[in-house]
Amino acid sequence: MIQHLIILPVLVHLITGTVNLFFWGKPQPQRVMSLLGTFTAMLIAFALFNQVRSEGVMVMHAANWKAPFGISFVADTFSSSMVLFTSFAGFAVSLFSAAGISAVRAQYAFYPIFHFLLMGLNGAFLTGDLFNLYVWFEVIIMASFVLITLGGSKAQMEGGVKYVSLNLLASVIFLTAIAIVYGLTGTLNLADLAITLPNIKNQGLINITALLFFIGFGIKSAVFPLYFWLPSSYHTPPSAVAAIFAGLLTKVGVYAMLRMFTLLFHPDDFMTAIILIISLGTMLTGALGAIIKTDLKRMFSYLIICHIGYMVGGLALFTQAALGGAVFYLFHDMMIKTNLFLIAGVIKKIRGTTNMPKLGGLYHSYPKFALLVAIVIFSLAGTPPLSGFWPKIYLFQAGFANTSWASNYYVIGLIFSSLITLYVLAKMWKDVFWKKQPDTQIHVPDHFQPLSFMKKLSLILPIVFLASITLYIGLDAERVLTVANDIAKEMLNPKPYIKAVLGHL
Amino acid sequence: MELLLVIMIAILYASGIFMLLRRSMVRLLMGIILIGNGANLLIFLLGGITPGKPPVIAETKSVFTEAYADPVPQALILTAIVISFGIQSFAIVLLRQVYRLLESDDLDDLNTPLEEDI
Repeated sequence: MIQHLIILPVLVHLITGTVNLFFWGKPQPQRVMSLLGTFTAMLIAFALFNQVRSEGVMVMHAANWKAPFGISFVADTFSSSMVLFTSFAGFAVSLFSAAGISAVRAQYAFYPIFHFLLMGLNGAFLTGDLFNLYVWFEVIIMASFVLITLGGSKAQMEGGVKYVSLNLLASVIFLTAIAIVYGLTGTLNLADLAITLPNIKNQGLINITALLFFIGFGIKSAVFPLYFWLPSSYHTPPSAVAAIFAGLLTKVGVYAMLRMFTLLFHPDDFMTAIILIISLGTMLTGALGAIIKTDLKRMFSYLIICHIGYMVGGLALFTQAALGGAVFYLFHDMMIKTNLFLIAGVIKKIRGTTNMPKLGGLYHSYPKFALLVAIVIFSLAGTPPLSGFWPKIYLFQAGFANTSWASNYYVIGLIFSSLITLYVLAKMWKDVFWKKQPDTQIHVPDHFQPLSFMKKLSLILPIVFLASITLYIGLDAERVLTVANDIAKEMLNPKPYIKAVLGHL
Repeated sequence: MELLLVIMIAILYASGIFMLLRRSMVRLLMGIILIGNGANLLIFLLGGITPGKPPVIAETKSVFTEAYADPVPQALILTAIVISFGIQSFAIVLLRQVYRLLESDDLDDLNTPLEEDI
């Protein structure tokens, strides 16, 4: 049976993006079309998620070429839930862009490229073929190159060069690893590789390949010491673009890492120790970097890096609790980080800057907005009933259960960086919301107040939408935990995945 | 032939990495192009080289009876070349634009401090 539903999340963005190209230079129809497209994508993602939850792993073979020969698209619980959360972030950013992206940018290819980016993300989540994954990664980085440089300001160009060169290098390393895997096994289908790789005699070469994959995805997901491109480029594009980058682009690297290191490679003791140390470094450098930054967007960029470390460490511990925690944190992080940059965008609209010493008094002038931000911040810091708390419990549990020295350091790093996150967010709250606005800034006009009601709505509604999803993740954690645990089980026992793709074991 | 390719790949990777470590933006770009070509050749080499045996089944037979050249690596390389062509042309335009803005080819000049940096 051909299951066409799998390809629809990719197709809907391809169609929306292409149709938007026909409206070149007309922002208004593009905005409407983009909203429709992302909303449809959300419905499709829901349908896909439900079907996968009720019927198990779904497979589509392109042109009906059977598994090891053709390109297969596979939707298991992990990929379908990633598609679901991506569609939430996509809808929110599309709504935000309606007022947050200037008409000049929208006249050029902002909306088409935005949809091609989402198409690439969905494709990367759903593909069951290693080379196809590379192609989707290239689609993603190509679209993100355009988005990060669109506008052409000096800061954007400077950030763009760093972003482009490091990502190109990551792609080449990824391609090299694929070449070695193909040379060793003669297949690129992930399910087929899961069977053939353990039978290869030259396991030393396989470990080296695994490290090459780790470096390639590590650059993309910004782990220590490969993250330097992120804080020097993510603050340059407009907030809507930065939001989609922050919420989704580094996470697709984490997704690929989780997929590769559970399905194809299984980290041995040496790899585990290395990944744990790297995750420790990621957490610490991210947290310490966030302390010294006075610019909101730069601070948030460092927080992205800090929290990537949690998930990478969860992968290294490789127990059900750890993987479940890492996946749960991934979902929570996608929503929160997108939201943080949208919030930074609204703050910039209100005060004209994101520099914290120049901000202040927002609690006084916009109390409802402050309350909204408080929900997000408390969730990120991991205050008990909210969403950041639950995955951390699992990660702590897994860290304590593992008695190796590296995992002890991981737990210490987790505690330390959680505290620093709390401190950084408290400092930000004090600076942006509670402090009195500096006298030098009072004359700066408020660009938010004079906006029409619809525009205000399109800026605030996405934040409300994402915050309510965050609240749902926190308050109905039972259900999300079930999904995360099922994903962890799938990762530890990939047999159903392999059987669904190949038809046999 | 294999030995020749191995040496070629080694030279391409080594010179590519050397160029990547330079401070000039043009050399950075050259480095990425060289490494990319090295990776393409690596796929070609590791896919196994079988000269003179096209992957076409003879008219009289219904299956392959002897070794044949694997067409998959060539398809992979073709895809990779097309992708890198697009991305490299973007990178060239980007670097030209950066050069126009900064009037410098030095990567160290990319850190114009923002007003936010105190």
